[in-house]
Amino acid sequence: MVKEIERAGIPVVHVCTVVPISLTVGANRIVPAVAIPYPLGNPALEAGEEKKLRRKLVEKSLRALQTEVTGQTVFED
Amino acid sequence: MSKLRVVHYINQFYGGVGGEEKADYRPELRPGKHGPGMALSQQFGDEAEIVATVVCGDGYFNENVDEALAAILKMVEEYKPHVFVAGPAFNAGRYGMACGAVCKAVSEKFDIPAVTAMYGENPGVDSFRSAVYILETGDSAAAMRKAAPALAGFALKLAKGEEVGMPCCEGYFTRGIRKNVFVEERGSKRAVSMLLKKLKGEEFETEYPMPVFDNVEPNPAVADMSKATVALVTSGGIVPKTNPDRIESSSASKFGKYDIEKEARFTIHNSETAHGGYDPVYANNDANRVLPLDVMRDLEKEGIIGKLYRYYYTTVGNGTSVANARAFAADIGAQLKNDGVQAVILTST
Repeated sequence: MVKEIERAGIPVVHVCTVVPISLTVGANRIVPAVAIPYPLGNPALEAGEEKKLRRKLVEKSLRALQTEVTGQTVFED
Repeated sequence: MSKLRVVHYINQFYGGVGGEEKADYRPELRPGKHGPGMALSQQFGDEAEIVATVVCGDGYFNENVDEALAAILKMVEEYKPHVFVAGPAFNAGRYGMACGAVCKAVSEKFDIPAVTAMYGENPGVDSFRSAVYILETGDSAAAMRKAAPALAGFALKLAKGEEVGMPCCEGYFTRGIRKNVFVEERGSKRAVSMLLKKLKGEEFETEYPMPVFDNVEPNPAVADMSKATVALVTSGGIVPKTNPDRIESSSASKFGKYDIEKEARFTIHNSETAHGGYDPVYANNDANRVLPLDVMRDLEKEGIIGKLYRYYYTTVGNGTSVANARAFAADIGAQLKNDGVQAVILTST
């Protein structure tokens, strides 16, 4: 799906937990996520902390979208 | 003669531990055969036996690859098998990734032959086909009856150290390995007969198939995020409560487009997940964990992004065919482009 949206001419960031799958399907901007059933959360955290964690991941995703890349790039910390 | 020793890898589901709610199950070593190992054993007959089975949750494996592999390698080492078998994984993506990774690690670490089996669209195929033998199966466990004898037969062959034939005859995915062989006719003659067949419109088989590269060039970065319209898309199955369009929990035939203009965040009352491939409890309780609507609204209010696009797009990525996913996203991409969306955050579970 990421590849087709990229093909449509819109930069797209793939936020996902299993990065090797994302690389295999051809995503260009990849942000590793927390866990499969809650990529942008963590139910073990208190709600406020969990939202902070989510915000950090979204901010990282926005940074990825504002970064020029020439090929598949995984945005680690 | 003593029997050849086989160690078998299966996931928590085939190990009888449980479904998605047990996907975080840590690697466990069990003596003897379990689950699909029963069917494999029938084929092995007197020649080989499954001496141990490793059971591991698909979620745990994929979220902790290094730890999981280290634990599994330790377990395999104890048994010194002649061959290592994983799966079959059919079209279960995380299971396929695990089977491929475990086979690769075992064969590299101990120099033991390894084989797994799965469906052609399983992401495990493209990730591991060059490293390990992966036999082709149908897309669901309904294909077990055919898959088990093929897998057992191939494993036996590896355990005995017999020569493995070409991918097409043996039923495994091509590994990109070239092999020198002697043939009757020289190259120039073969090339000309191929050309003649091609000119006549007849079937011919190339000796050197070209690899298909289908990577899409990355688009330029967003220059000014504070003016950009950003859209949310997910394959994690987040839908309005009750799943009004009945998006399938597996092998989705459609995607949904839902208006979130008036929503500040997802709640237990307005959303849920339709996805059948992961434990849905966390997403049902708080879908922002899969699709970060709450944070996007904050960022919009603070002017960090220009605007959150009025709709979000969603489908279920569980066992969904590549052809369907491609068609959905081509449609979604065209709609987003048409509406002036400048950036997309796509989340996957």
